[in-house]
Amino acid sequence: MLRKLEYVLRRLLTAFFVLIGVSIITFLLARVVPSDPAVLYIGPKARADELAKVREQLGLDKPLPVQYAIYMRDLLHGDLGISIGTKRPVLQEILDRAPATLELLLTGMFLAVLVGIPLGVLSARWQGRPLDTGVRTISIIGVSVPAFFLGLILQIIFFRNLHWLPLTGRVNSDLRFTNPIQTITNFYLIDTLLTSNWVGFKDTVYHLILPAITLAAYPIGLIARMTRAAMLEVMEQDYIRTARAYGIKEVIITYFYALKNAISPTLTVIGLTVAFALTGTFFVEIIFNWPGLGEFTVRSLLNIDYPAIMGITLYGATAYVILNLVVDLLQAWIDPRISLK
Amino acid sequence: MADIASLPFEPEVQSTRTFRHVLNVIVRDPLSLASTIVIILFILTAIFAYQIAPYPLEGAGKPDVSQRMEAPSTEHPFGTDRLGRDMLSRVIIGARPALIVPFGVVFFAILIGAPLGAIAAYKGGRVDEVIMRTTDLFLAFPSLLLAMAITAALGRGLQNAAIALVISWWPWYTRLVHGVTLSLRERYFIEAAQATGVRDSVIVLRHILPNTISPILVQATVDLGTVILAMGGLGFLGLGTQPPFPDWGLMVSEGREFILNQWWISTFPGLAIFVVVLVFNLLGDTLRDIFDPRQYR
Repeated sequence: MLRKLEYVLRRLLTAFFVLIGVSIITFLLARVVPSDPAVLYIGPKARADELAKVREQLGLDKPLPVQYAIYMRDLLHGDLGISIGTKRPVLQEILDRAPATLELLLTGMFLAVLVGIPLGVLSARWQGRPLDTGVRTISIIGVSVPAFFLGLILQIIFFRNLHWLPLTGRVNSDLRFTNPIQTITNFYLIDTLLTSNWVGFKDTVYHLILPAITLAAYPIGLIARMTRAAMLEVMEQDYIRTARAYGIKEVIITYFYALKNAISPTLTVIGLTVAFALTGTFFVEIIFNWPGLGEFTVRSLLNIDYPAIMGITLYGATAYVILNLVVDLLQAWIDPRISLK
Repeated sequence: MADIASLPFEPEVQSTRTFRHVLNVIVRDPLSLASTIVIILFILTAIFAYQIAPYPLEGAGKPDVSQRMEAPSTEHPFGTDRLGRDMLSRVIIGARPALIVPFGVVFFAILIGAPLGAIAAYKGGRVDEVIMRTTDLFLAFPSLLLAMAITAALGRGLQNAAIALVISWWPWYTRLVHGVTLSLRERYFIEAAQATGVRDSVIVLRHILPNTISPILVQATVDLGTVILAMGGLGFLGLGTQPPFPDWGLMVSEGREFILNQWWISTFPGLAIFVVVLVFNLLGDTLRDIFDPRQYR
C-alpha cells in the first residue's frame, strides 16, 4: 500500500517537472521566431517609437530569464497572452473552441476502443484464418491512410453518392430556427439529451459520424494490432492452458481470463493514440468545417500568431502529459506489479 | 512506432547473416516483396521525375489556363487542376519532396539521436540523466504538434518543415538506442574491450553503435511511413513546400473545395501518400517480425 502511494507521488512529481520543461520549450520556441514579435503585433508599417512601446509592454526588452518568469507568472494566472489575429485572450479562444474539439475527440476515441479491442481479440482468437487476415488488413490501412484523405473519400461516398450523411459542420444550419440547441456544457450530445431535444440530438449524431470515423481510423488500427499481439502472448501462458485443461469454455477463456491480462499494454497504446488523435482532430476539423480548435490553430500557424501557437502547443502537450499520467496510474491499479518496479 | 522502444531486443545475430536472412524472408513473402518493389518504383519515380512526367513544366508549376479542371482522360490520366496543370505530372514531381525529404529527416534524426542514446546508456550517471530527461521533454509533446509549431516559428517552407520534423523525431532514436545499449553493455565483448583498455569513444563508435543498426533500421522503416504522413500533414496545412511547386499534401488541400465535382484533384495526391505510407508500414511490419518475433506474429 505504501509502495503504491510512493509510486503515485513519484509519478506526479515527474509529470510536474515535465510540465515545467514543456513550458520552457514552448517559451523558447516563441523566442526563435525570426521576425520581431513587436512588428507582428502592430504590423510592418510601425514607427520606431511605437515599436519600442510595444516591446516594453510585451516585456521584450528584458533579459530572457526575466521574460520567462513573467511568462510563467501570467501562465499561472491563466493568462496566455492576446492572440495577434483575433485580439482576444488566447485562453478564451481555446476554451471557446475546446468543447467542439473534445466532443469529436472523445467520440472518435470511444469508437476506436469499441471497435479496436474486439477486432484485436477476434483476430488473435482466429489467428491465421481469413478473419485474422481481414483485421490485419483493416488495421494496416487504418494506420496508413492520412486523415485528410480518408475524410474526403468518406464525403464523396456518404454525401455525394449515397446522400446518407451531411457534408460538413456540427449541426444543420436550419436547426437554429427549428430546434435550437441550448448550450449548457457545449457538448452538443449532452446538451441535446439534457434538454430532451431529440431532433437536435439526432442531427448532432448524424454530423458526428463521418468526422468520428475519420478520426478513429488510426487509433482503431493501432489498438487492434496491439490487442492482438497482447492476446497472443497471454494465450500461450500456463494459466490459460490450465483453464483449457479444466474444460472451461474457449469463449470465457478468451474474453474473461485472457483479455483481463492483455488489457494493460493496450491501455498504453490507447494513451499514445489519444495524443495522436489530438493533432489528428485539427485535420479532421478542417475537412469537415468543424468549429473547433483546428481552424484557429491553422490560421495561427500560418500568420505566426505566436501567443496563440504557444497556447495551443501548451494545451496539446499538457493534455498529453496528463493523459500519460492517467494511463500510468490506471496501469498500476490494474497490474500491481508495475508499482513494485 | 513508439512502443517498440520499450521492448527487449536480442541483438544476437551477426549483421551479414541478418541481411541475407531479411532478404530471404522478404522474397518469400508476396506482400513484403510487392511492398519492396512498390517502394523501389516510387524512389525511381522521385529520382527521374522530370524524365518520367509527361508535362514536366506543368508538373513544376507552369499554369495552362486553356485546359482547367479537365476530368481524367487518356491525355491527362489524373485530370488537370484549377490552373490547368496535368495532375499526373504534378503527382510524379511531387514525389521528390514527399519521399526524399522524409529519408533525410529520418537520417538526421538517427544521426543525432542514436549517438546520444549510446553515450547516455554507456556513460550512465549524470550524462545519462541529462540526456534522457531532455529526451522525455521532447517526447512530452505530440510529435506532429511540435513539428507544426516549430515550422511556424522558423517560417513555412520545405526546408524548415524538415528541420522541425528532425527536432521532433530524434528523441525516439535516443530512447531506442539507449535501451539496446543498456543490454549490450553487459555483454562479454564490451567487457573484454574495456579490460584491454580500449577508449570509451572507440567502444561506443566501433562496438556499440554498429550493433544497434538492426533495431534502428527496423524503426527507421516504420518511421519513414510516419514521417511521410507527417510531411503530408504539414503540406496540407500550407506549412511545407510552397506553391507553385507540387506537394502531395498541399495538392489535396487545394482540391478540397472541388471535391464533390472535380474529385480527381484531391484524390490522386491523397492516394499517393496513402500507398507510400502503406508499403512502408507493410515492410516495417515484416522487418519487425524478423527482429522481434515476440511482438507481432
